Amino acid sequence: MKKYIIELAKDNLRIDGRGFMELRKPISVETGVAKKAEGSALVTIGDTKVLVGVKLGVGTPFPDTPNKGALIVNMEATRLSHPDFDSGPPPPKIIEMARIIDRGIRETKMIDLEKLCIKEGESVWMVFIDIYPLNHAGNLIDAGALGALAALKTARMPKLGDDGRPTEELSSKKLLITKEVLTLTFIKINDTIVVDPCIEEEEVMDARITVSTSGADRINALQKSGKGGFTEDEVIKIIENSFKIRGMLKKALSDVK
Amino acid sequence: MNQSKKAVKRPDGRKVDEIRKVSCKAGVVKNADGSAEFIIGNTTAIAAVYGPRELYPKFKQDPSRALLRCKYNLMSFSVSDRKRPAPSRRDIELGLVIKNALSQLIFLEKYPKLAIDVFIEISQADAGTRCAGICAASLALADAGIQMRELAGSIAAGALGDLVVLDLTKEEEDYPEGATDLPITYLPKQGLITSLQLDGDISFAGFKKALKMGINKCKELVKLQEEALKINYLKGDKK
Amino acid sequence: MNKGIITESRSVVVPGETIAIGMNYLPGDGTYREGEEIRASLLGLVDIRENLLKIIPLKGAYIPKRDDNVIGRIKDVGYSAWEVDINAPVSANLLVQDATIAYVNINRTDIRRFFDIDDYIYAKVVKVSKSMYIQLSTKDRDYKKLNIGLIFKIKPVKVPRVIGKKGSMINMLIDETGTELIIGQNGVVWIKGNKRKDELITMKAVKYIEEHAHERGLTDKVKELIKGWKKDESK
Repeated sequence: MKKYIIELAKDNLRIDGRGFMELRKPISVETGVAKKAEGSALVTIGDTKVLVGVKLGVGTPFPDTPNKGALIVNMEATRLSHPDFDSGPPPPKIIEMARIIDRGIRETKMIDLEKLCIKEGESVWMVFIDIYPLNHAGNLIDAGALGALAALKTARMPKLGDDGRPTEELSSKKLLITKEVLTLTFIKINDTIVVDPCIEEEEVMDARITVSTSGADRINALQKSGKGGFTEDEVIKIIENSFKIRGMLKKALSDVK
Repeated sequence: MNQSKKAVKRPDGRKVDEIRKVSCKAGVVKNADGSAEFIIGNTTAIAAVYGPRELYPKFKQDPSRALLRCKYNLMSFSVSDRKRPAPSRRDIELGLVIKNALSQLIFLEKYPKLAIDVFIEISQADAGTRCAGICAASLALADAGIQMRELAGSIAAGALGDLVVLDLTKEEEDYPEGATDLPITYLPKQGLITSLQLDGDISFAGFKKALKMGINKCKELVKLQEEALKINYLKGDKK
Repeated sequence: MNKGIITESRSVVVPGETIAIGMNYLPGDGTYREGEEIRASLLGLVDIRENLLKIIPLKGAYIPKRDDNVIGRIKDVGYSAWEVDINAPVSANLLVQDATIAYVNINRTDIRRFFDIDDYIYAKVVKVSKSMYIQLSTKDRDYKKLNIGLIFKIKPVKVPRVIGKKGSMINMLIDETGTELIIGQNGVVWIKGNKRKDELITMKAVKYIEEHAHERGLTDKVKELIKGWKKDESK
């Protein structure tokens, strides 16, 4: 399969007929799909489908940040989404993906964690973002990140009861989101670099870079994964393309209120 | 924006492209096939390599090449607030990141069906731990007599606000105007970046500058490793 | 860079270091070719023989090669083959038809009468496949089961020094100590002497050579040392 993909690349083709810097279609984001979650989003990018839920809880702050809320991002390797996923805790590659998505959100400071403080040193809001692939057809990172962003934007804060614990009732208050992080993943196969890999491409890739940006010229997070390497020029080119393509993801979000 | 450049002074007085004091030594764990210690400032990493060795269970064996496995661990007392000994998610991610940083170094095809295990322990953590770990691992692999294309240099580039600097300390990572941490691993002979991460907020121009600074420093660190290996060799190997 | 040999012979090189430039040089063990350059892939000493460039490694696991002479320990006995530990990352195999020229009916014979678990054998590596399947033979004359003697390991990379050019070092050891001595290319050493003391002197000498391998005039130095130790022993 790898040889075939490399051959196609020579003619500027990808296995699914896309251009090198073309995202899959359709890209769709549907929010409010998991009603018990305070925020949720179902994201499709091509055949990849991911369901992200945001749960807001109240807990004690971490000892080194007594006046800040907590952000916890997790991704599961749901067995129904791909035949090769095993039971048990998420494997290192999936943990890495969750942490990449986490850093994209955290480093843009799009959520002001200090605003999530209820009582300093005692209780703060904890934002749990859980990402469940429903069909893994490649690039879980970008789908997960897009879903996390949409779920956060539409999440509603629960009302606090007299005991300081969240009730089942949701207020009309939303999380204060000041920026938007957009995440794009590129892979390298031989000397070819393409965006939004489908699963066939991921299986033969040499290396991968995920770029998280907010705004026209701010890079907030980067992660290179996979066994191969990139030259300095390749890295620069990838980031240039990130800034060019991110508008496509923004468009998919525009319908989200 | 320019104001912040003038106002920024590094707490330990270092220049923007100056890294902390580095020392490295090979052959520090006698039982291991190869080992090394890499110290940068107050960060200390110890790496030990076991391999090539037999790989079980059999189904994990790759008939065409060796399997490289890496484990990264922060010792409980390496940080201010005691860390629980069990591997955290960060430890797991870094084990994977480090494995990916080292894979292009080794001629894995020369050791089919076998395993090469790299263990990294951080005894003192003051930022730049994964980079110190990768430098230590690169030395340890060479010390083990495993066939490699070259050595790997790794350093954390970064920025304090908009000022691009190299090798942030833990204190600098908490810079009030925001710091950007950019750990890089570079293989000079192949011209490849094999680890690249960024956390923070930086412009594209700032990023390009930091990347170049980091790559150049990685080249220097490879030279340092070469010297350390040669010195160790000439001292004669004591069992 | 100009063409030619870049490093000095017997100088220490590290992985990635350029040894020579030019298509007329041959990349031997421990080196690799990248375009016009021949680079080291191991930490060790450069060995230049005309245009064959090799690295003599400082350390390294024993990776078996065809025609190597090795000392192995029987790990397991099967129906018609033995599994042998030859100090390599993978075990080796000895098939009964490669063990002896005698006819063996495996249906009637328990092959343990030839070699049993924990026996030591001196064998030849006859085949190493691409996927690390190692085959041994003890058919030829010199190969055999080793009777009780002193067995210990040295670093496989030091074996050539302990054997010496055309066997000069090992022959000296045998002559001076009066013991039987076999050095496997896999780093396993077997010593058999009339007296325990003699065996220990030989072991001491071998370990000395291992540690001082890079020194000049080693053969003569060790010869003198052995004479001294023998004198001490007889006091």
